[in-house]
Amino acid sequence: MSVLSSLAQLEAVATGRAQPLATVRHCHVAAEPLVMVPLKLAGEAAAPLAVMLGTERAEPTLLVVPQPRNRDLRFAFAADLAKLVLEYVESSRGATEELPPGKDGEERVRYGGAPQLLVPNRAGVGFLRMLGRSTRFRRTDGPYAVDPAVPRLGRWLTWFADRHDKPGACLLMTMTETLRLHWATGQSSLEDGNLAALLGWIDPPDGLDGPAAAARAEDPVTCPPAGPATDPTFDNEVLAPAIAAYDQSGDDRAEERVRSVLDGQLRPTWELMWDAIGLLRALPEGASVAARWERDRDSFTWYHSTFDESHPQARRDPAVRAARRLHDLERAQDAYDAQRAFDDPLVMAEHRLAGQAFGGVVTESEPTRLDESGRRPKLRPHLRVATEDPLQLDVGTTVCDAARPALKGKIIEIDAAGGVLLELTGGMGRKLVPEPGVVPEPGRRVCFTSLGTGSWGAAKFPEREDTPWTHGGPPEEYVPTDEDAAEEWS
Amino acid sequence: MIETTAGDPARTEVDTARTDLDAARADLDPSAAANQVVEDVLADLHGGHRGVVVDSPPGAGKSTLVVRAAAHLAAAGDRLMIVAQTNEQVDDLIERIAGKHPDVSLGRLSASTYVPSGRVTGHASVRVATKADDLADRTVVIATAAKWATLTEGSWPWAIVDEAYQMRSDMLLRIAGRFERALFVGDPGQLDPFSTVEVERWAGLSWDPMRSAVSVLLAHNPDLPVHRLPVSWRLPASAAPVVSDAFYPFTGFRSGTGPGDRRLEFGAGGMGTTYDRALDEAAASGWALYELPARHALRTDGEAIQATAALAVRLLQRGGVAHSELGTSPVGADRIAIGAAHRDQVTAIRAMLGQHGAGITVDTANRLQGREYDVTVVLHPLSGRRDATAFHLESGRLCVLTSRHRHACIVVARAGIPELLDAHPSTEPVHLGVPVKFPDGWEANQSVLAHLAAHRVRSHL
Repeated sequence: MSVLSSLAQLEAVATGRAQPLATVRHCHVAAEPLVMVPLKLAGEAAAPLAVMLGTERAEPTLLVVPQPRNRDLRFAFAADLAKLVLEYVESSRGATEELPPGKDGEERVRYGGAPQLLVPNRAGVGFLRMLGRSTRFRRTDGPYAVDPAVPRLGRWLTWFADRHDKPGACLLMTMTETLRLHWATGQSSLEDGNLAALLGWIDPPDGLDGPAAAARAEDPVTCPPAGPATDPTFDNEVLAPAIAAYDQSGDDRAEERVRSVLDGQLRPTWELMWDAIGLLRALPEGASVAARWERDRDSFTWYHSTFDESHPQARRDPAVRAARRLHDLERAQDAYDAQRAFDDPLVMAEHRLAGQAFGGVVTESEPTRLDESGRRPKLRPHLRVATEDPLQLDVGTTVCDAARPALKGKIIEIDAAGGVLLELTGGMGRKLVPEPGVVPEPGRRVCFTSLGTGSWGAAKFPEREDTPWTHGGPPEEYVPTDEDAAEEWS
Repeated sequence: MIETTAGDPARTEVDTARTDLDAARADLDPSAAANQVVEDVLADLHGGHRGVVVDSPPGAGKSTLVVRAAAHLAAAGDRLMIVAQTNEQVDDLIERIAGKHPDVSLGRLSASTYVPSGRVTGHASVRVATKADDLADRTVVIATAAKWATLTEGSWPWAIVDEAYQMRSDMLLRIAGRFERALFVGDPGQLDPFSTVEVERWAGLSWDPMRSAVSVLLAHNPDLPVHRLPVSWRLPASAAPVVSDAFYPFTGFRSGTGPGDRRLEFGAGGMGTTYDRALDEAAASGWALYELPARHALRTDGEAIQATAALAVRLLQRGGVAHSELGTSPVGADRIAIGAAHRDQVTAIRAMLGQHGAGITVDTANRLQGREYDVTVVLHPLSGRRDATAFHLESGRLCVLTSRHRHACIVVARAGIPELLDAHPSTEPVHLGVPVKFPDGWEANQSVLAHLAAHRVRSHL
């Protein structure tokens, strides 16, 4: 936890309201996101109980399993859910953009839009991941056949959950984590996991302050849990009798009773989700959000267009894929951390306090300085920046300009008076004279940071069939089997 | 699957055999015992195994072993690649191999931005290049793991992987195609490799990319011989049992020197301050715990930072002299190190030291790995904290900090750490298929604190 976010938390306690941690929105919010509030049956790993979903606040759809222990009903629910989700995925594609051909001349396209799923919390993502795993291997013929849409849903849910792991990706987001990126409350991070309490701090109802609104959120009668776990008292006193009545009669009235009690549990969270979306939309979008959403659309385009010829995702990553994926995630994390700081002075302030960035005024500038020690002269302007920041970077560190990350340089000297001498090394054009306006002049305020400068290119990994002996040698070709569908908990 | 070793008759047999062997070695003189292990390792290199693993506790002669094994393989006519983790370690190894075996031709493979240090350019047998083709005639080629991972072709009959427990298994995956057989050397008690992202999807897989290279290697090749260097030449007799019990409870080691072999004394007598008393206690017993009153504090706790810096400066002022099997030498600033958990603490301590402590090394546990000093001053990772997170509890961190010294270690901490530990039992999730790590940081911390309690000097009475 950084000094600045600790301070924001203390201020939140003092004022009774959440304090901003960001001045811009660091995530994409789609024009028509698909909000999903899932519930599962207590005591089961992935037995769906209900889900409220939709792209319009006024028109939620409620799907319910009146007896979640009945597997036929579960997969009927999955089929209904699949129709809605698949329809949404299709409708979100938008127009297809033609891109310039790739390096090897192949055609490249990108869909104009992509689906965005919003769930209340992390456990919601975990539940969708489990639901995806329990449905993507199901057979559509033979014994226990399911609707063809069910395994398709499973594959899409798995894809969404995998994309959620990627730092900065916005295809599946959790509302509590997204809000916590932008606001600090005066409660613990565990308590921030409660969407109602978190929103109570950020935007308390009239007449209440943050702590009072958060305290109110602890009462499961006024604020039912945001799922997927349900309130145990509700389970025992309301849900169990309703399901028992359905078991006895099996009629529509009994089913309607289950629906109506679950509707009551889901509706408050549904409203909170849309309140939160409104809060997020009110923030101006960060400069690099569009570029990250473009990567998300690329990923969607690729998965959507290869969907029909690919297998369901394997249950486990083989060695090479695991290593590759970790590498991708770490690169994405680095880039995301840097981009957020570039987009947002408040985020950059945290890095400045931590000594990984420094801001100040240019005192000397030598924009046309050449380094003639090598065979050919190189453009190496010098820049001295006066800073009062507690710098913790060493001489020799590569840094870049926060306003223009392409402009890179190296720290040559840090003098006792707080002056930092930089030698600029790149981002000034190809000539021996820098492009006009690129090298900051004396008097300009600048901010340099080491963030994002360690961005190495994509690493090389062996092919799957070259998996070395240290990692068990090449794995067998993956072909999904019926065993994949059989899990003890499903 | 939960791994059960207790009921596995084959394993138990091996373990019993090993214990017998250890018992037999305990009677040997330390040099003979250590030498015996090195001979066994070198013999195993010709035993037809694809890999050999050597566990080395702190200061047990790991680098010496790497140099010997490299010379041994080179003498047998094999071309050899050596993988180290940092440029600093690469230069260290080059210096040692070139110094000891000037007849072996060495190549240093490096990135284009690397500027060769004097330690490398001073040796005629070393050539520096950025492309492996330019080093094709070299018997031994050394580079960092990151550099080796950029190669897509070429193969060496042998590799020596140094600090293999600090290398992540995904790095091993990227470089394993470059060698036929390999010797893996490292210290299992030091800091585990880490990742900047938190992902649980590979937990329990034998090829989990977040695990260390050695654990993945052994999970897939359980029959590889594993040796253990039995003697720490760095740690004094006062420290080896403490570190061994706390961090290596099942694979103990002993010190190469006996109780009276190392002595620390001061040119100037103390003035009876609490700092002086702590220094005297450390000189007499090898350990001191300088205890500040209990208080919750920021990470850069002003009082603790000041005490840490002041102890180091006072040590310098009193003109320490170290007597050891290597002779008698003054404890200058270059022989003193200060260790802390966080970078901001390091910066604060450096600022506090100022001119009085010029030349004293101040660094984080990560960067102190593999280094050696006469006396260390350690700011305890849990000092003044309100919680004990996995980061602060990691046994490797405390192990690095308390095993860098040849003579004495002074720990600075606020009172109340045992109570803090009791309030924060380990809560890390347990995953099926993941071998349980012993000792856990909680137990290791308690064990070290229990020992330090006998060497406590309170800052305020």
